[in-house]
Amino acid sequence: MSALVGACLAAGLFFHGVAALGVLRMPDFYTRLHAVSKAETLGVVLTLAGVAAASDSVLTAVKIAFVAMFLFLANPTATHALGRAAFRLGVPPWTGEPEPDR
Amino acid sequence: MTALFLAAALALLLLALVYVHRIAVGPTVFDRILGVNAFGTTTTVVLLLTGAVFDRVDMFVDISLGYAILSFVGSLAAARYFERTRTQR
Repeated sequence: MSALVGACLAAGLFFHGVAALGVLRMPDFYTRLHAVSKAETLGVVLTLAGVAAASDSVLTAVKIAFVAMFLFLANPTATHALGRAAFRLGVPPWTGEPEPDR
Repeated sequence: MTALFLAAALALLLLALVYVHRIAVGPTVFDRILGVNAFGTTTTVVLLLTGAVFDRVDMFVDISLGYAILSFVGSLAAARYFERTRTQR
């Protein structure tokens, strides 16, 4: 059981790291949004699976599964709303040219 | 097992510093909301890991569920607000 917990936590931390790297290094808002919405959602679900596997009561594990399910639905919804708002306001997408203010 | 959860929580807190950097430098207001949203998601996980460290997951799971819902509603409201007021910075 301990190996399963460790593997889930390690995989979740890896995807959290991917999301943080994307937010740090991606060139414009839409690509950063892409990094957060997918990598972080997977990282959260994997990390919560690790915590749920370590908990000794079934009720707590089910509650953690509900938290994971909520985040699995809510995180893409929030990022979609953000991306739509930015697109409607005309935040310029990255086209390959270097940004003028750098 | 406790040391494993503690190490994971500390690593997640270190990764959350990246989102603080994104909130600070922007450059658009949506980047800042994105940072707040990602920080809230990370905090939800850190709360659960804290519960696992102190062996009180049954209590911390409710706190983290409430935090996740508040964070979700907050970023939705902020996105709608800045879309309506046409703020870009």
